[in-house]
Amino acid sequence: MEVIATRPKSLRDVPFTYCPGCTHGIAHRLIAESIDEHGLINKMAGVAPVGCSVFAYKFFNFDMAEAAHGRAPAVATGIKRARPDMHVFTYQGDGDLAAIGTAEIVHAANRGEHISVFFVNNAIYGMTGGQMAPTTLPDMKTTTSPYGRKVDDIGYPIRVCELLDTLVAPYYIERVSLLSGPDIIKAKKAVSKAIQYNKEGRGFTFIEFVSTCPTNWGIEPVKALVWAKENMLPFYKPGVFRDKGAPE
Amino acid sequence: MSKVLMKGNEAVAKAAINAGCRLYFAYPITPQSELIEYMAKMMPTVGGTFLQAESEVAAINMVYGAAGAGKRVMTSSSSPGISLKAEGMSYLAGAQLPCVIINVQRGGPGLGDIQPAQGDYFQATKGGGHGDYRLIVLAPSSVQEFADMASEAFDLADKYRNPVMILADGMLGQMMEPVDFKPAKTDQEIEAMGHQHESWCIHPNQDGDLKHHHEINSLEIDPVVLEKHVTKLYEKYAQIEANETRHELYNINDDNEILVVAFGTASRVVRSAVDELNAEGKNIGLFRPITVWPYPYEELAKCIGPRVKQVYVFELNTGQMVEDVKIAVNGKVPVNFWGRVGGMVFTPEQIKEKLQACF
Amino acid sequence: MPRMTVDPYYCKGCGLCISVCPKKIIRFSENINAKGYHYAECFNQDACIACKMCYNICPDVAITVEK
Repeated sequence: MEVIATRPKSLRDVPFTYCPGCTHGIAHRLIAESIDEHGLINKMAGVAPVGCSVFAYKFFNFDMAEAAHGRAPAVATGIKRARPDMHVFTYQGDGDLAAIGTAEIVHAANRGEHISVFFVNNAIYGMTGGQMAPTTLPDMKTTTSPYGRKVDDIGYPIRVCELLDTLVAPYYIERVSLLSGPDIIKAKKAVSKAIQYNKEGRGFTFIEFVSTCPTNWGIEPVKALVWAKENMLPFYKPGVFRDKGAPE
Repeated sequence: MSKVLMKGNEAVAKAAINAGCRLYFAYPITPQSELIEYMAKMMPTVGGTFLQAESEVAAINMVYGAAGAGKRVMTSSSSPGISLKAEGMSYLAGAQLPCVIINVQRGGPGLGDIQPAQGDYFQATKGGGHGDYRLIVLAPSSVQEFADMASEAFDLADKYRNPVMILADGMLGQMMEPVDFKPAKTDQEIEAMGHQHESWCIHPNQDGDLKHHHEINSLEIDPVVLEKHVTKLYEKYAQIEANETRHELYNINDDNEILVVAFGTASRVVRSAVDELNAEGKNIGLFRPITVWPYPYEELAKCIGPRVKQVYVFELNTGQMVEDVKIAVNGKVPVNFWGRVGGMVFTPEQIKEKLQACF
Repeated sequence: MPRMTVDPYYCKGCGLCISVCPKKIIRFSENINAKGYHYAECFNQDACIACKMCYNICPDVAITVEK
């Protein structure tokens, strides 16, 4: 008998602090597996955000930095420029990346920094209790949009992959979802590719995960996957926006 | 070593490179843009990294990353840009990261103007960013001193794992004076320096798996732990206070009738006025703090001679360092203050007038 | 013999593994773990085909699959 699936080495034996059924944990596992598979555990450094995944620095089994809210791409830039022999990623949520950190992600992507950015999009602010995010869907009710997101007043959700795709430098941009077994398997391929490109020093890689937030959506975990499939995927379409490493 | 005539902004940049700094992140702002431009030109020639960040916020966070990776790294800005860095400085202090931050002060508050001022004294020495922390703050008064402080700042930062600020101003940044540069660190010295922080910094595992898991972090969600952490920081600060104050005495003797206190550019103007008055038969002593945090309270108190009738503080602000002077004087004699603001720099004549009125 | 094991230390009883298991051989245990969750458990290892769907969707990486 052999073990064919178990906790990756790149995860510490620390239980995640995420809510039951939250897809953050799946994203963490895909990243950790990819780092193991590409043999990078000894040279890896990650940057944790502010948000539900603020404790990510406790979960990964290599050196981690905790960044100020939104600043992870700048912190990652500093680490990578200081230690070009290491491989660096950031892990960020909606508020961190698409609200306060908009400048930092756009400019890190624009410079083509040799880092991987993993963006968890669940259309809401989890850690602070369910407020509206830049990615909250039109008419979606949150604690700071109790009457629903009024697009005439505060505009539409931001599609970060599409935004970054207007820049010249980024090497690989893909949106995936974590909403079903087959989706997760596809997501793993994307994460693995991003880590591989990172290992090979090819440039800026970006993966957006369409995710759930059962607690703040007020929907239990299994049904939250269904809700996301029906409501988020039409607006946040999965797909490869660019892959400079793909064969012609 | 022959002296070089150099502008303050450029001299400190050259000195920083000589001190082994190979990473510099900043955003242009008057009156320190020559610093960033010098770095843009010279960093690549020594194989270092120069990066013009998208904002001062991004720059200080790049510093955080590079400092977290254990390397000598610097940023510079001027007053409004330093305000933007406040969050980053709090995080750097909380995570105990060594780095150098240069503030070439200008008139404020708000957008202010681009002329020299000392209005950021409170921000530099009393906090600036949120929470309980301190920066070591060095205040130069000449281009030579400004340049010398680059290596001193890095050494202090590395020794204490703390950010160090060099509190200069637009005058020092712009003026040109002869500078004697310390010899540059060699590549071997820099390589060795790159290993000094491996007990805590982000770096690759050398042999085998999972040798270390270092966290560069200022979050301690358990208040019991956070209290211990802040207490530890303050034990460190107490050590710095005990060991690292620096000051200069000028004409301090038992016959001083007035003790004048000034720092940075202000001290140069005051010194000229003091020289003139002393040549005319007065006896005025000048105390110049060189570290404004830790402030040399005891050393200042010792300078209040038996015949000193009052202490007079001159600053290019509405009265900031004077509060620290009052703490040192502790009511022994009256403390007066006069300052100019908005980027106006007083003249020796104006200082002389103020001091003459005391007699 | 293929088998799936849930480590109660990590499991939060979210139910995602139960919903994806093609053989429907996972259930919530009657027991609770230290955090008070009814953790998942396999009640019929003989039917396990080591498809790894449970491992694939577990957000707490609580599952080990053997073949």
